[in-house]
Formats: sequence, C-alpha cells, structure tokens
Amino acid sequence: MVPSSKLAPPISEADVTVPTPVPPEPVPLEVNQDGPSMRARELSAWYNVTRKAIEHVSLEVPAHRITAIIGPSGCGKSTFIRCLNRMHEVIRGARAEGHVELNGEDIYSAQVDPVRVRRVVGMVFQKPNPFPMMTIFENVVAGLRLEGGYSRASLEEVAERVVARVALFDEVKDVWKRGASSSLSGGQQQRLCIARTLAVEPAVVLMDEPCSALDPIATYRIEELMVQLKQDYTIAIVTHNMQQASRVSDYTAFMLAEEDRIGRLVECGPTSKIFTNPSERRTEDYITGRFG
Amino acid sequence: MATLNLVRREPARALHQPAPSWKWRKLGNALATTLMMLSAAAAVAVLLLILGHVIIQGLPALNIAFFTERPLPPGEVGGGVAPAILGTLEMLGVASLFGIPIGVATAIYLSEYGRGNLARLVSFTIDLIAGLPSIVIGVFVWAWLVRNVVGQYNGLAGGVALAIIMIPILTRTVEETLRIVPDPLREASLALGIPRWKTILRVVLPTAQAGVITGVVLSAARAGGETAPLLLTALGNQFFQFDLLQPTAALPIQIYNYARSPYPDWQAKAWGGAFVLITLIGVLSLLTRWAIARRTRGS
Repeated sequence: MVPSSKLAPPISEADVTVPTPVPPEPVPLEVNQDGPSMRARELSAWYNVTRKAIEHVSLEVPAHRITAIIGPSGCGKSTFIRCLNRMHEVIRGARAEGHVELNGEDIYSAQVDPVRVRRVVGMVFQKPNPFPMMTIFENVVAGLRLEGGYSRASLEEVAERVVARVALFDEVKDVWKRGASSSLSGGQQQRLCIARTLAVEPAVVLMDEPCSALDPIATYRIEELMVQLKQDYTIAIVTHNMQQASRVSDYTAFMLAEEDRIGRLVECGPTSKIFTNPSERRTEDYITGRFG
Repeated sequence: MATLNLVRREPARALHQPAPSWKWRKLGNALATTLMMLSAAAAVAVLLLILGHVIIQGLPALNIAFFTERPLPPGEVGGGVAPAILGTLEMLGVASLFGIPIGVATAIYLSEYGRGNLARLVSFTIDLIAGLPSIVIGVFVWAWLVRNVVGQYNGLAGGVALAIIMIPILTRTVEETLRIVPDPLREASLALGIPRWKTILRVVLPTAQAGVITGVVLSAARAGGETAPLLLTALGNQFFQFDLLQPTAALPIQIYNYARSPYPDWQAKAWGGAFVLITLIGVLSLLTRWAIARRTRGS
C-alpha cells in the first residue's frame, strides 16, 4: 500500500509522510513510544486459495499493554494473532496479505526473515507443548541451545532467570536438570512454555488461548503472570473467555465472522469501554451473551 | 434401574428365560472359537517346528572353531564360518552406510516437505522398490557394479544391493513415525525462531527417535537374511577377505552352499549357520521390540 519505491531510502520517513489509506475501523489508541508496539494494517489471511479467514483487519497492539482479542469460535482471532509473528504461513497453503509493523518496520516486507521475526515476537500456544525428549532445563533454553554458541553457564543463568520469572523455580528446582517436562502439571507445563518463549528475549509475546486447556487455579496463575510481564513485554492474547479479557487486558478487540465466514474486526478500544459501553451493537450482543 | 430392557424388541423379558436361538448361538460361538484357536495353533506349530529343528540340528555344529576359523576344503572335518559371519556384518555395515542416510532423508522429504507430483512419484517409487523381487535387485547391481564398475564379484556390490532392500522399509517406517509427531511441537520450535531444517533435525527427528531405531533394525534384519542378491554380487568366499572390492562371504550364501553339498560335516554346518542367522535376526527384532516399548512408555 505504501509506495515506498517512490520515496526510496529512509523508510521510516516514508511512513510518516505518506498518508496511509484509511482503515475500515479507525483505531486511534494511545501509543506508548517507549516500547515495542505492533500495528496491523489491512491484514487479510487465507488458508488456501479459496478459504479466506480474515479480511482487512487493522489493529494496534500498544507497547507494554495487554491487548485481548475476543470473539466467537471461527472468527479468525487465532489466525490474526498468528499473522503477527508470521506463524500463519507455516501452515501449508496458507498466506497473508497486508502489513504488520513492528516498531514501524513492516515484518511482511520481502527483506524480512520470518525466523528473525519469531525471535522478536514470541508465541505461547493453546495447549502446553513442551518438547517431550528434552528435560525441563533443556526445554527452557531450547531456543538458545539450538541457535548454538552459548556456554552452559550462560544457558543456566538464563534458564534460572526465566523460570523464576514465571514463578516455576521453587516448584521444579530439585528436578529440572533431569526431570522430563511430562512430569509437570498442565499449568506448570504452560508456564514452562512461557519461560521457553521468554528465554529468547522477545519484545512482544503473543498468546493464543493460553489458558483454555487449564483449570481455574492454573488459569489464575497465568493471568497473574501476564499482568506482571507487561512491564517488560508487549502482550497480545487471544481468548474466548470474556471474563479473562476483562480481568487482564488493557485493550480489547472484538472480531466476528458473519455468514461469509470471513473474520473482520468489529470494534476495538480500552477494555473498560468495550465491556461497559461498546459503540457497536454486535459487540454489545456478544459481550452480554446474546450469541457466541 | 427398574426397567431391564437389555434385549431389543423383547421388552422386559425375564432374563433367566433363554431366547429360542440361544443354543445354536452358543454352539456357533464354540465352533468359531475352536476353529480360530486351531488356526493359531497351526501357525505357531509351523514356526516352532522350524525353530526347533534348526536348534536341534544347528546347536551341535556350534563350537569355538565355528565362530573363529575359515571353512576347510571338502573332506577335512573342522573349520568354521567366521568369514561368512564377518562378511554379513561388513555388508550390513555398507548397506547401513548408504541406506540409513538415504532412507531417513527420503522419509523426511516425504513427511516434512513433499507435496504434489514429485512427492507422489517418490512415494510410488519407494513402493515399487519394496515390491521388487530381491533377485531383480541383485541382477541390477550385478550389471552395474559387478560387470561394469568393479569388474568382478565384490562385497561392496553386495552392500549396495542390501541397501536397496533396506531403503523402502526404512523410509516407510521412519515416514510413519515422523507423521505422528504432533504439529504443535513443530510450531513450538518454529515460534522460538528456530529455522525449519533445525526444527526437523533437532526437535522432530529426536521425538521420532524410537521409530528411526525401529526402522533401522527392521530393515537390517530383512537385509541380513537375503541370499539371492548376494549370490549375484558378493558371490561368497572361503577365505578371510577384508577388501570390499573382492568376493566376500556371507552367512546366507554359506548356508546355501553347504546345504547343497554332499558332505555331512558341511550339512551340519549349514544348520549351524541357519541357527546363527536366526539368532542374529531374532536379537535385532528383540531390539525393535525394546525400542517400541520405550517409545510407547516415553510419550
């Protein structure tokens, strides 16, 4: 969309001077300039040539805030969040179109290596997915270990720091060098996966329904953790649990797929506003439980 | 529950009152069960007969010399089949050297990358090779390596023939195991910024480790018992031979030659060789079982 070829070298300037096309849903949010923020513009995604999952989604993920994306099943909220670190295209045949900016840089530009993007924008998945053949420790530092070039001592230092960060250290400290990750409970495994994501030092953490496989107490602990993490990370979370969105998030985006099964952004804004005084009728209907 | 409506369309019939067809059903059941048990017994009996015969005939032929000495000329009693045991192990080594990388790489291609016509072609070719009679593989390697490249029967050609036999079995086993590695694991690794190739080598393959071991052992066991392709490639040898470009001995060939001979001592040694071969393959199969048990327990 941005004719960067015309305004060649300083790309950041081009972004400032060229007026971007007006997105269907204007999203004037307070943007914290001091941290990593993301901005999706006119993002569409397909699962194959004919199956379009989301269309023209434009959304800001402000720095050091938790942005929740809610909506009924099949509204494309997971698809959207997977586009934010280029994990969507990992699925065979899937593709995305549009722009996603990370601190003003388009992660979908041809020069950008998706592997680098995923280092900066980490992801936690719905079901805890620790690597079964690795110990707890090896899981935590898997990203660094497989990258190579880190000494054992520095790996241990990182591992201890991030495991403590997710409040798992006391629970696993006696066994984590030899214990299998499968010996942990579901909630512990999910915290392990969060620690594993933090170990590669991302700036943004995406969470795709991180608590939907967990019991209420484990869910509570993850939510607590998310709130703590937003001091250091920018967080986007997909959830179909509206209470969770209202408990932890600062901003909420509501997505919906209508008869054509293509997900679109209906409304987004501060969580308190979305949950108390939404501007869209469809948002209100969903929030109040009239469908979905 | 108050309503015991166990038999459909016969509401609330007293349970102690048998249905009219009950006797015949019971008889049919007994008949079928007996037949199945007899069939199973027949299959096991054949296996036990072979095993028992080989053990009874083969065990007396075994002594230290059998495992350490080379075969003696006809008429002289004594000697052993050490070159054949060594040759079989050598050629299995060569076969593994070529077969394991190619087989595992093909499996990775089919499971992780392959789509479309090329993948279908590869998959079809693998099935085709698996279905080839082993003598055909032997003729092919003979025409290629024995006649054209080396110029004489040699152990390398035998190893290559065995590798061709190993590859389809290995590929299929490993491919199946790679396919059951859950996608969330691949995604977890990719989401950590680990490139695809490293994800496959360091996350997917180790997770499928037990399956890879199973495939290697299974295919090696199959190749180790092959005779026909070796007759056309390695030929056999009565002497210790460590040069792989020379004719090389192998257990199945030794068994074949000895079993056809008129000398009782050689015939006894053929039984001994059969016993050793069965034991070798049996041990390999036990290793497979162990690997499978580990896999099912591990995950």
